[in-house]
Amino acid sequence: MPSGSVANASPKIFSPGVAVEFQHIDKRYGAMFALRDVSLKVGAGECVALVGHNGSGKTTLLRIAALLARPSAGSVQFAGDGIPAAPDGIAMKRRIGLVAHHTLLYDELTAEENLILFARLHGLDRPQERAARALGPANLSRRAHDPVRTYSRGMRQRLAIARALLAGPGLLLLDEPSTGLDAAGQQWLGEVLGTLHKNGCTILMSTHGRRDAEGLVTRAVRLAAGRVEEDSGSGGKPDTVLASALSGSEAG
Amino acid sequence: MALLRPTGILLEKELRSELRSRELITTTFVFVLMVLVLFSFTFDPTSSESRRFGAGLLWLALLFAGSLMLHPSFTREQTNDTLAALRMAPLDPVAILAAKILANFCFLLLTEVILLPVFAALYNLHIAGVAGPLFLVMALGTLALSTVGTVFSAISSYARMRELLLPLLLLPLLTPALIASAEATSGLLDAQPSLSLSWTAFLVAFDIIFLTVTWLFGEYLLEE
Repeated sequence: MPSGSVANASPKIFSPGVAVEFQHIDKRYGAMFALRDVSLKVGAGECVALVGHNGSGKTTLLRIAALLARPSAGSVQFAGDGIPAAPDGIAMKRRIGLVAHHTLLYDELTAEENLILFARLHGLDRPQERAARALGPANLSRRAHDPVRTYSRGMRQRLAIARALLAGPGLLLLDEPSTGLDAAGQQWLGEVLGTLHKNGCTILMSTHGRRDAEGLVTRAVRLAAGRVEEDSGSGGKPDTVLASALSGSEAG
Repeated sequence: MALLRPTGILLEKELRSELRSRELITTTFVFVLMVLVLFSFTFDPTSSESRRFGAGLLWLALLFAGSLMLHPSFTREQTNDTLAALRMAPLDPVAILAAKILANFCFLLLTEVILLPVFAALYNLHIAGVAGPLFLVMALGTLALSTVGTVFSAISSYARMRELLLPLLLLPLLTPALIASAEATSGLLDAQPSLSLSWTAFLVAFDIIFLTVTWLFGEYLLEE
């Protein structure tokens, strides 16, 4: 099991085989099931799109993968058996990046301060340099010293993506990442994800938009009412699953 | 060291955010000042009356102001779900709580340091001669308030009716510390001032117990 240096900003490749495995996951909120008996193996280096209607369980599954929520039943394993499966495993947290519904940013801090804060919390060396390097491609260098509360929705989303990539994650979780992005922003996101994928980063993303998924995903999983309804499988063709799921979403 | 470094980084963030917005310090300062001024003009106490009930009044005002100030401690992390970003960082979750406790302690203590001379002037009390022991008692009482308050702010932040829940949980638990702080302060405001070692020891024990409990169980408090 390669441990990968935290200081290394390039994406770290998990051990060959499985990057993350959900085993019979149930997640209940009171009497309501958000997920029911979800089992899914995501191979290292795969780019998996989670599709499905609102409330189908995509966000909950991503939050469980991000170690933010504990499953009510079942377990989640990372990178075979080399990493402790404990949900508070600090070793695992070093390898996961998350772009969530919310930006996960402090509005009262500047973009640079936000990135430096998270770089320091991740134990990265030269946090200021890393923050500057992350802001450039996101086209935010000119506004680096402005508080995030003065940013537009699209700029916040680009900063949220830059924050998630700061530590060079081996597993990138994205919850509708193109939300708020204009055409140029979506193109930038596509390029960033494409490069990460080429470098071996495992990507698991929920999406309602065909543009996020097309040409990038290697596998599509459709969730409905908290269950896996359709899975194109590793090495399969995701287009059919994407077409059926996204045509409904986009039409709606 | 594993706890100190992230605690320091997060404390710096808390202080920077607050110094920029001054939201918590201003609210607390104005609230305590209003209570002290209102009571001073309502009762117009003599110096001997102030020595009897001044300490209780001061700590009651600080307790209510503290519960006002501590409430946003975690709820404002929910605006952009920044708590999730902190929980995903490779650090001991207790560091998140420790930084919040220390930040709230600093904000409350700063408010007290500014307001104590005003309190002394309004209630005809002489505190210059007991400034050292008074600061010790204020610091111990404030640490109790910020530790318990921050922990219950974390617990109640995911609950419905959290605005109501925090004072309901906080006030009964803090009653022993409030009594000890008021008694120890009262002894220092007396005509023959003296530091009550028993009440001070009680406050030290209270702080140690709650800090230890926070250290042992802190990581579970931040889970969804």
